[in-house]
Amino acid sequence: MASIHAFRNAPAPGEPSTGRRRAGKLAIRGLSKSFGGSVVYDDFNLELPLGSFISIFGPNGCGKSTLINMISGLAPMDAGDALYDGRTTRETKISYVFQNYREALFPWMRAIDNIEYPLKVMGTPKAERRRRVEAVVAEFDVKFDLAAYPYALSGGQQQTISILRALVTEPEVLFLDEPFSALDYEMTLLMRQQLQKIFMKRRITTLLVSHDLEEAIELAEKLVLLTRRPTRVAEIVDVDLPWPRDSLVTTSEAFIALKRRCLETFWREVKAAP
Amino acid sequence: MIWWAVYTGGLINRDLLPSPITTISKTVSQILSGALNEDFNSTLWRVACSIAIAVVAGVPIGIVLGAKASVYRSVEFLIDFFRSTPATAMFPLFLLLFGLGDAAKIAVAAFAAWLVIVFNVAYGVLNARRTRILAAQSMGASLPMIFFDVIFFETLPQIFVGLRNAVSIALVVIIVAEMFIGATDGLGHRIIDAQISYELPDMYGSILVAGAMGYGLNLLILLLESRLVHWSGR
Repeated sequence: MASIHAFRNAPAPGEPSTGRRRAGKLAIRGLSKSFGGSVVYDDFNLELPLGSFISIFGPNGCGKSTLINMISGLAPMDAGDALYDGRTTRETKISYVFQNYREALFPWMRAIDNIEYPLKVMGTPKAERRRRVEAVVAEFDVKFDLAAYPYALSGGQQQTISILRALVTEPEVLFLDEPFSALDYEMTLLMRQQLQKIFMKRRITTLLVSHDLEEAIELAEKLVLLTRRPTRVAEIVDVDLPWPRDSLVTTSEAFIALKRRCLETFWREVKAAP
Repeated sequence: MIWWAVYTGGLINRDLLPSPITTISKTVSQILSGALNEDFNSTLWRVACSIAIAVVAGVPIGIVLGAKASVYRSVEFLIDFFRSTPATAMFPLFLLLFGLGDAAKIAVAAFAAWLVIVFNVAYGVLNARRTRILAAQSMGASLPMIFFDVIFFETLPQIFVGLRNAVSIALVVIIVAEMFIGATDGLGHRIIDAQISYELPDMYGSILVAGAMGYGLNLLILLLESRLVHWSGR
């Protein structure tokens, strides 16, 4: 808990000042996973800094989602562990945003009750729950009717609810599994901006799985490129672009050079003999 | 209309098929005089009792069975076997167990309805959306929380499917039981009595009323469902 409050005093918008960042690391060690005889991960190791935005990108079927499912504790590992600053997943406050918001939200609850639900799970008293929901809603300037049921909202609005539901618990680590892939293009762009704002404000360790290289680079401080199965890390790319990553940044020379470099790595890995 | 046409055309012996107008006017007067109400109420009461028992005993068991696919598979044969056995074939057994009174009738109907509910609820649980359960898990929800806050609601639409089937089966069983196992009231008793004493308008009227009861119950559950399961299909 103490570390969360440290975060909130971290530098707000603008350039991340690495000096004041939390020095902790997410360490994945000796991770192994097979599905019915086919090996996805075998003695996989990865170390990442906490407090940064990390995108994970790789060829189709390489187990991007499997990776974050395992290190977030949603799926079991065959072997290995993931430690956040030396603590296990259970000892760390995590939140998870699913790709399929339609199936991840609870349609029998109003949007506002969906946001509140994780606090209820944590046993937070009613008054405190209401206060925190109101705070997070105010923080993100939600413009639609939160008394509506999720199915009455648009896709982007539903995914906004999912994200608010994930943030209301003030997690230490936020996982997002292709969160915008079911949305139309303009909504995707808007949601990326929103996610940037959240990150710049809160500096939560964020792990984003994306199948869109541009999105992965746009949002990341560190981009993890994975190989085909059995999956290894092909490259960890530092994305040293200024925040916010607006259209000026995403069309800049530096961005395009980065994208070219990542694509080269990607193609090399896709074409590599299995 | 067909009834009317058949009657006026004399296609069927008029001794076997009374005029729809006579039937309806007689039925209405029976309802108004209250003679029908007692039978109607006792049948409705028996159906309600058996459904209540079936729901209270069936929903929790269905949820438990459905929670683990392996558990459900292990009892699937038993459930399917008894579901395929005509409930009415079990009258004698239940008569031995519960005697001649209301208990036996309600028990058979409850048993038949219970099977349908268990089966449907278990199926609903088996097919609950993985993502929603995972979402609750990722928030750190305990097993009871996942059951009461997520799986129960996920299963609710299927519970209603089971409920509607259960009600129609219970009605069939109760009506038959009232006809043949020592009933002194109820619509089934009324129908068979009217047939024996050749009160044909009364017989047809009672059949119509029994049908109306089944339809009404179905409608009631549908209404309740659209209220409670407002998210279904959206």
